[in-house]
Amino acid sequence: MTDEPLVRWDWIARNWANGGPTAISALLENHVVMAFLPVLFGLVVALPLGLACVRWRWLYQPTAALMNVTYSLPSLVLFSIFLSITGLTRSTVVIPLTFFALAVLIPAVVDGLASVPDSVRQSAVAMGFRPARRLLRVELPVAVPVVLAGLRVATVSSISLVSVGALIGQGGLGNLFIDGWQRQFYTPIVVGIALIVLLAVLADGLLVLAQRLLTPWSRARRTA
Amino acid sequence: MITFEDVTKRYRDGTVAVDELSLEVPNGAITVFVGPSGCGKTTSLRMINRMIDATSGRITLDGQDVREIDPPTLRRGIGYVIQQAGLFPHRKIVDNVATVPYLLGWNKKKARARAMELLDLVGLDPGLADRYPFQLSGGQQQRVGVARALAADPPVLLMDEPFSAVDPIVRASLQDELLRLQSELRKTIVFVTHDIDEAVKLGDTVAVMRVGGRLAQMAGPATLLTEPADDFVREFLGRDRGIRRLSFISAKEVRLRPAPSDLVTDEDGRPLGWRTAEGLAAHGTFNPETDSLRAALDAALLSANGTAVAVDEEGRVRGVAGRDAIDELLAEYAPPAAGPAPGASRGGTSEGAPT
Repeated sequence: MTDEPLVRWDWIARNWANGGPTAISALLENHVVMAFLPVLFGLVVALPLGLACVRWRWLYQPTAALMNVTYSLPSLVLFSIFLSITGLTRSTVVIPLTFFALAVLIPAVVDGLASVPDSVRQSAVAMGFRPARRLLRVELPVAVPVVLAGLRVATVSSISLVSVGALIGQGGLGNLFIDGWQRQFYTPIVVGIALIVLLAVLADGLLVLAQRLLTPWSRARRTA
Repeated sequence: MITFEDVTKRYRDGTVAVDELSLEVPNGAITVFVGPSGCGKTTSLRMINRMIDATSGRITLDGQDVREIDPPTLRRGIGYVIQQAGLFPHRKIVDNVATVPYLLGWNKKKARARAMELLDLVGLDPGLADRYPFQLSGGQQQRVGVARALAADPPVLLMDEPFSAVDPIVRASLQDELLRLQSELRKTIVFVTHDIDEAVKLGDTVAVMRVGGRLAQMAGPATLLTEPADDFVREFLGRDRGIRRLSFISAKEVRLRPAPSDLVTDEDGRPLGWRTAEGLAAHGTFNPETDSLRAALDAALLSANGTAVAVDEEGRVRGVAGRDAIDELLAEYAPPAAGPAPGASRGGTSEGAPT
């Protein structure tokens, strides 16, 4: 063990694409899918739920409380609960992670809509917008920067949380940690960490780019 | 014409914002609702385009009860300018101005062409069209707000404290700009402000409202300053009513006499000052064609010898007016000695009463 180098490049070369389910490229692909599906589902659910929380204010407190409780549960506990329902499948990871994403995205949607200045909303009413068009053409577009900020947090934390799924055999790159740990062999651990960080940085960078393109009007950009 | 008939707005908690308000807003003129906060002026304004619905009473627009009109349709036909401009931050200036034309279903080309006309009308550089609101100053944003309100050429314009968030110099220029626009457009404008000076400057008619949503007095600005209906109005108008009233009397009638030889002018006939043993002394000028009696008096007070210099548009001397000439006119326009003057809406004059 003492002579063992931190990274053995030949191991990486042999295991990058060996055709099997434990190939690094296969794990990477798995990781990407399991990290992004929860964010996607989370966004699809958070938009209507967030809108409902804005429309009916009383709904927000209980929703936020429920989401915070969910967020405080260790991910492993949630995985175990869903293990008994969905078994050793991707869903056992994707469903709990969707709840984590929701815990970030619902407040982001609510805060985003709250960030629309009152003068903007009122002038939209005064110009003669009907409610649906006002929401789609004025309020949601103005809420985009705040929603995107939440989306960045949800995406990065989802990418990192997927690895915990390795404990039930569905952890994408996280499986490399178990492998390395069990064999006291550093290379897979280093590769796993490097790829997860790289993935997180890349995803965050893409979202920042999306924000620049979507909101050229944002004041924040001038000072950024 | 907009009419309020016994309009009351009572909120669920029992607060009365507007109490049996009845008044008429004439077409083609600026009517200002002014009063302290809590007097219901903004509520009254918003009941016109139904952003707030009255509890009882009727508001009619050219004879039609506004309650019979679908609110979005009603609002597209009424321009609205809000305090912080309320521009859409995610839309370019040109598209902000074209908001109502878009809502009315105009095609993009026509709506944008109209928006460009309006930017020009309100005195904005067309180069700003492709900018976003955050790139404009407060004063520019407010001009865009006015352009947006005018885009679909509505006959009625509602302005809710539109100039109160900008600094005094910009505010003065926006006010002058509004008066210039109005002289061309002749819209029916309802303007809400808490600033009595702004009300007196802009209003053809000023409706002073008191806390609790009651109308205290409605009159032209000159009448308001001469004959406030009661102590509340008098106090609200503040100091210097006598002097401020002179703003509404034209200096045209000031009797001019030829310039004396001690007024030194340059070769074009523009005044330089009064010749004295020590050199040139200060002089004040006014233009009798465009200025008020207040400006003439000011010019006299600024002159070392108390004689105001009348000039034409090019600034050339036309004559002079001493304080005696100004005093003659002041006497002519003195407030009535006792009892209500003809045309006063109510109340007598109680000059000298403690305020």
